[in-house]
Amino acid sequence: MTESGLAAILPQLASAAPHTHALGFSLVSHEDGVAILKAPYREDLIGDPDTRVLAGGLVTTLLDHASGMAVWLALDRFVSIATLDLRIDYMRAAKPGLDLMARAKCYKLTRSIAFVRAWAYDVTADDPVAAAQSTFMLDSDGGRTLGSNLKPSSAKARP
Amino acid sequence: MSDATEFSAEFFIDKIPYAHFLGARIELAGDEMTAILPFAQHLVGNPILPALHGGVLGAFMEMTAMAQLALSEKRSRLPRPIGVTVEYLRSGRPLTTYARAVVKRVGRRVANVDVEAWQESRGGAHRHPARELPPGGARQGLKSGVCNCSRELRQCATFSPAFAAMPD
Repeated sequence: MTESGLAAILPQLASAAPHTHALGFSLVSHEDGVAILKAPYREDLIGDPDTRVLAGGLVTTLLDHASGMAVWLALDRFVSIATLDLRIDYMRAAKPGLDLMARAKCYKLTRSIAFVRAWAYDVTADDPVAAAQSTFMLDSDGGRTLGSNLKPSSAKARP
Repeated sequence: MSDATEFSAEFFIDKIPYAHFLGARIELAGDEMTAILPFAQHLVGNPILPALHGGVLGAFMEMTAMAQLALSEKRSRLPRPIGVTVEYLRSGRPLTTYARAVVKRVGRRVANVDVEAWQESRGGAHRHPARELPPGGARQGLKSGVCNCSRELRQCATFSPAFAAMPD
């Protein structure tokens, strides 16, 4: 891990992108192919004003991001990745006032695809709030360069 | 919330903190609902391309399913999600994203909703003639709702069948 230099940028990968920064994500711990991420409980991220439970969308984003982190940890290097497919089961509502955690494990890598499972919980990992199963495309930029998404779509090749 | 409360387009923006955080809003044309997510810097997940965070698209579509269900089914509380599947077709570009939801079935306790999200142009009529629910198909839920024609969906960012528990 030290050779690849991934360890040095892990905290940034967890929380430096504008959206993850805005949500306050942080990396709690990691090992080979496993990432544990935390999202702090915040009033402005509530999804149901009656129950004050965090929005399902926040759980979705946390699971998606923890899963992506697990892919980088399994690869032991940073590459551009993109979520292809994400399936989430919501088992129960997160408890209001508690931070949300997600543990993701990348259990299979192929040349172009990574397979990941993840769980979100608030108190203990054995009482999950939600579970996720996802696949990621590796090297997803496919040679697309800096700012390529800024070009008008009509300029893109349409085979 | 009292039983008399009806969910309105304004409710989602004014009363749901997370919708406000995303900057999403809802527009109604008669009974047709469109959810709109203007691009904002804090939604970026990949600053290189730049691209919207995949979670933003998932969260936005989930909110769309929720809002459509709450608007078309008069219940006293918001529906809660049971399961969500998101099929990502391409990265979300730094543009306004739109989403529409179709309520496939509403049961006593569970409802099925499909959501489609796109940017700029919706990419022509996207129909699923072969995707009628089979007899008893609602129980198979997600399976029956999964769209397998992603290659035809060039203009659509994502597609998601979702479940939501119907409150009493």
